[in-house]
Amino acid sequence: MAAGVRRREERGGSIDLLSVVHRDPQPDLAPPLGQASPNRPPLVDECHEAEHKLRLVARVEAKRGLSEERLREFLREMLLIRRFEEKVEERFRAGELPGFLHVAIGQEAVAVGVCQAMDDGDVFASTHRAHGHTLARGTHPDAVMAELYGKLEGCSHGYGGSMHLYDVERGNLGANAVVGGGLPAITGAALAFKLRGEARVGVAFFGDGATNIGTFHESLNLAQLWQVPAVYVLEDNRWAESTPESQHSPIRDLSKRAEAFGMKTMKVDGQDVEEVHRVASRALKHARDGKGPVFLHVSTERLVGHYIGDPQVYRDKEQLRELQETRDPITLLRDKLGVADEEFEADDREVHEIVEAAVEFAKAGTDPKPEDALKNIYA
Amino acid sequence: MPELSYREAVRDALAQAMRKDDDIFIMGEDIAEMGGSMGVTAGMLDEFGGGRIRNTPISEIAIVGAGIGAAMQGMRPVVEVMYEDFLTVSMEQIVNQAAKHRYMSGGQLKVPLTVRTQGGAGWSPGAQHAQQVEAWFVHVPGLKVVFASTPTDVRGLLWSAIYDDNPVIFFEHRTLYGLKEEVPDELEPIPLGQGRVHREGSDVTVVATGRLVHEALSAAGEAESEGVSVEVFDPRTLQPLDVDGLVASVKKTNRCVVAHEAVTRMGFGAEIAAVVQEQAFDWLDAPVERVGAKFAPLPFAPVMEEYVVPHANDVLEAIRRTVTRG
Repeated sequence: MAAGVRRREERGGSIDLLSVVHRDPQPDLAPPLGQASPNRPPLVDECHEAEHKLRLVARVEAKRGLSEERLREFLREMLLIRRFEEKVEERFRAGELPGFLHVAIGQEAVAVGVCQAMDDGDVFASTHRAHGHTLARGTHPDAVMAELYGKLEGCSHGYGGSMHLYDVERGNLGANAVVGGGLPAITGAALAFKLRGEARVGVAFFGDGATNIGTFHESLNLAQLWQVPAVYVLEDNRWAESTPESQHSPIRDLSKRAEAFGMKTMKVDGQDVEEVHRVASRALKHARDGKGPVFLHVSTERLVGHYIGDPQVYRDKEQLRELQETRDPITLLRDKLGVADEEFEADDREVHEIVEAAVEFAKAGTDPKPEDALKNIYA
Repeated sequence: MPELSYREAVRDALAQAMRKDDDIFIMGEDIAEMGGSMGVTAGMLDEFGGGRIRNTPISEIAIVGAGIGAAMQGMRPVVEVMYEDFLTVSMEQIVNQAAKHRYMSGGQLKVPLTVRTQGGAGWSPGAQHAQQVEAWFVHVPGLKVVFASTPTDVRGLLWSAIYDDNPVIFFEHRTLYGLKEEVPDELEPIPLGQGRVHREGSDVTVVATGRLVHEALSAAGEAESEGVSVEVFDPRTLQPLDVDGLVASVKKTNRCVVAHEAVTRMGFGAEIAAVVQEQAFDWLDAPVERVGAKFAPLPFAPVMEEYVVPHANDVLEAIRRTVTRG
């Protein structure tokens, strides 16, 4: 909150400067047609200066089968998400980032495992904890960081922020700040794929807290009833903000909620990225093959607080420390692959550079003009 | 010129659009075999099949939300919410999702969704099946809101709503479904945001929506016999509002009455009154008069229902009040 106030004060003193920075007339930020389809036009933003062209770093490969090389890529992707979020936390505490921020430290294997199993043309809805999904699906760290800084170069052009990351070109139909808010639209997107005979899948990410809300039940009911190609990914970290699962759900096995609709369910350990990828690939194939939706129950760990700055007074510190030591998905994969220290450190250095570059990119980005707030309300 | 009822006009717009465009389909409760609670989609299942005339569970969150998702993929779903009272169940999806995806994405997404619904007093359905809630939606940036009052208008406006790239909440009034009139041979789309002068006059403008358009026309006929010339203006689209048409009419007549069936207090008429005083204050010869329902839920007993909602006589009394001022 305080960060937001400071930013406004800074802006208030630099209005003349801003009007110099902006070309006049301000081009409309809206690309001609934003629908997610394989042939859609690229995300066009005339405000992106040539030097702000996104560098290619994160890429999504269509190939399957997990070679050691591929797993090393997963390790690097998870590391990128981890270092990105650590940097976000640092910059937030330094007062540079406005808004509310939620990191998913500990849940990187879910994002990477599921997103890397998706095909081009698949779409997804994310949650308030969206940095990982967005990066894992291939949105450039520069574009994500620029969004967190409220810049036009951001993946939502400064209109969304951390809780509303979008990248329609990569199938990201939006991170949603209303718990469960994105599920119905994924059912609807999957319905569209079915009606049009397209071999595409809609993926909804949500947490255990969302399984108590009406959108969850109505979305799964309709999806199963109509057999649409959707995968509902429960990231079960057993915390709804500060409320443990024992206080928010009368049952421990949340898969039963999907089974009640007759939906196919799959379970996987969310700290094992290889397993997440394997099971998610099966789930996606099941949906893509027209066999109906799948409930993918991923058991994972939130190794940090609900939001940046959360003192976690509700949590046993000793248990948390143990989880951090034994259930960190990056450590687990690193050990599994036997990655030597120097190799890991080389990866880490490279990832650090990418993240530092993203911060530099974001800081050098273009502030929206205040009156840009009145654009993009209607198509 | 064929004669169509308001109900048939809605159906005609839906059917013509669906014949033209495979991306248009309908979802709603009891809309298939039963043809909807008001019979609007009767017969459409036979022509278009269950894939495009989709009967749904009683599940307004999922119906509207799935419409949003399909719309974001470039389809043009038409969702029927059986009674506008039930929009409240899907309010989160309409207000937080449909209205804001385009904005939050910085212009990457469009949500070309039409939510058709109906309501209104007159049949004593009671407090949960007869409200007029349009004012709740005109307050939300990102939504368009339509309220059609005649067969010709409902056909042309629904067509435009379906082909609009934004979410449109499309209100129909239950008591108008049987209303018949001759309509153009060819469906003529009516642009959203364009009001209609139903009757020209020089002494007072009555701005009316839905059923009250007809009550206002009736009152205008009575006023005419008293020597008062009444102009009746139906904005038809409540968001965006035809401010130019509204203000031009009031500047001509110098008096304004606002009439809707919804509760007067904090209602859509309050916005009309505010716009008129902001843009035509110097032309006004009297305060803007408001006609609407009394501040009560809709009661069941017919005598109470009739008492709560406005009728032609209430409009006439407001006309008399305004012309006897100044």
